[in-house]
Amino acid sequence: MYYIGIDIGSVACKGVLFKEEVIDKSLAPTGWNPQKSGEETLNYLLEANNLQAKDINGVVATGYGRVSQKFADKTVTEITCHGKGGYYLNNEIRTIIDIGGQDSKVISLNEAGEVIDFVMNDKCAAGTGKFLEMTINSLEEQIDNLDKLIKGDKKANISSMCAVFAESEIISLLADGVSKSEIAGGIIDSIINRINILLSKITFRRRVLFTGGLAQSQVIKNELSKKLETTVLSYSDSQFAGAIGAALIAGNLD
Amino acid sequence: MKNISEILGSLDGDLQGHGPIAMKDMVEKKDKNVVGTYCVFTPYEVIRAADAVPVTLCSTSNDTIDEAEKDLPRNLCPLIKSSYGFAITDKCPYFHFADMIVGETTCDGKKKMYEYLDEVTPVHVMQLPQSSQRQADLDFWKNEVVVLKETLEEKFDTKITDQRLEKEIKIKNEERNTLKEFYQLAKLNPSPIYGTEIFKVLNISNYTFDKEIANQRTKAITAEILEKYNQGEKRISEKAPRILVTGCPMGKATLKVIEAIENNGGSVVCLENCTGLKPNEETVDQSKSPIDAIAEKYLNTPCSCMSPNDNRVDLLNRLVSEYEVDGVVDMVLQACHTYNVETKRIKDELKESNTPYINIETDYSQSDTGQLETRLTAFLEML
Repeated sequence: MYYIGIDIGSVACKGVLFKEEVIDKSLAPTGWNPQKSGEETLNYLLEANNLQAKDINGVVATGYGRVSQKFADKTVTEITCHGKGGYYLNNEIRTIIDIGGQDSKVISLNEAGEVIDFVMNDKCAAGTGKFLEMTINSLEEQIDNLDKLIKGDKKANISSMCAVFAESEIISLLADGVSKSEIAGGIIDSIINRINILLSKITFRRRVLFTGGLAQSQVIKNELSKKLETTVLSYSDSQFAGAIGAALIAGNLD
Repeated sequence: MKNISEILGSLDGDLQGHGPIAMKDMVEKKDKNVVGTYCVFTPYEVIRAADAVPVTLCSTSNDTIDEAEKDLPRNLCPLIKSSYGFAITDKCPYFHFADMIVGETTCDGKKKMYEYLDEVTPVHVMQLPQSSQRQADLDFWKNEVVVLKETLEEKFDTKITDQRLEKEIKIKNEERNTLKEFYQLAKLNPSPIYGTEIFKVLNISNYTFDKEIANQRTKAITAEILEKYNQGEKRISEKAPRILVTGCPMGKATLKVIEAIENNGGSVVCLENCTGLKPNEETVDQSKSPIDAIAEKYLNTPCSCMSPNDNRVDLLNRLVSEYEVDGVVDMVLQACHTYNVETKRIKDELKESNTPYINIETDYSQSDTGQLETRLTAFLEML
């Protein structure tokens, strides 16, 4: 019994082939056409594993692009899928922090891994991957390079949470000769502060899982752990939490 | 015989005595005076007793906000901006016919907006106390009702007697009770009616100026729906989570919230807000002297502009149990400080009864429909 979960985010399209455990994964940029990237992810998982559509018992789509997927048996929101996927990665997880390209969210789980509360950021880029991308780009650097960029603990103070205002704040800091490392540290602080505000609105319980594209950054994970005074967990499959959750839900479809 | 969707669909055509045409006829053929209102604090019966027609003015469309922002700040509640925009562009047919407007000092944005509105059409502002709990508040408000009465008497050259007030109280109470019988259909499990339909029926009654016609229509619909339901017609799944919507007033632009819930498997069984059941739950006490009874009923409106606002908590707790509610959605309009601040209290109070709660902040634009769908669907999945 094979199941597929596809998480079409604003930046990346994640796919998981599941049979008792994760068999294969796919990660590709979503691009301008979420429908096409969803289909391509599905086809890749089938071809790479010598499977045909009829071999798959269920497909669930999630993420903002979920609605445009014709192949899906069901669509489920990324909140429910992240909850399921995060709990699958570690069943001691009670809080999930997901920083995606378009939005960030915090999810509270109970002992059974069910979502009991969640908060998403407001309709603006504050505390999202987009915020990081815009601000890091103004340093003529790439997000992938973030961990290497930061040297030492010194951080600039960036008070604007708005991506547009933060960008002009950064330009002023650069003009004052503040180093890229300090500014990047300040940017990360700004994101973490925003996440902390979201966390204050739910019941925060340990253990904490960090998912989404930004979970790959060691620096952000460390800073988040410091701020929350607990070791924030992240796994190599963290970015696939939504897709794993979707595949698990596909497995429970009748 | 019609099914439930067809019964409610019959309301989509032209209806007797309803809407702008009915208003135009009253003004042009019967020479009626028209008083525009915005809020459920406005004592409806007092205006009717002056032989004038009270009508709720347009305030729920995004289309007039750009115009309003020429005079008003961007960071202001969309309801206030929309109302003002309708007034200065003459796009609201009811505003067009209004001889005067009655507004209340429910919030800072509104009371300052009325100062500008007064330049378009005269506004009588009723000063609302900030609490409803003390005798002094009631005395103050009662005096405001008397001042309104005198203003109307002078403006329309008429005399508002106790007898006329009593007659109007009876008529309006009859409408409240009729609407109550209709929206309480949703207490049935599963509900026979969708939230969008509850809104529709309440809205049609509101804009049917002859209440006898309005009540007859609502009663007929209620009876027909109940009959079909008892014959076994179920449109809504028993598994659909039963949702109560509370918060700011709703209309045209914000129906997106009810739609997002119902398009994603939820069943909105109760609209607690002032465009829902809030103004209808309590009637005016017919055994008391009319001005006293009117002052009491309206001051008791469980609005977030009151501090404290225990009435809303009591109402919500009662409704959650009566309507077997699985989850509460609190819709707050951007920059509505009082409802926004009150979200924490509502969330905390509902936690006591283990009722899941989500608050969403929105405006009149449709730019956030995707995010609303995700949040509300996730909330429904959680239940």
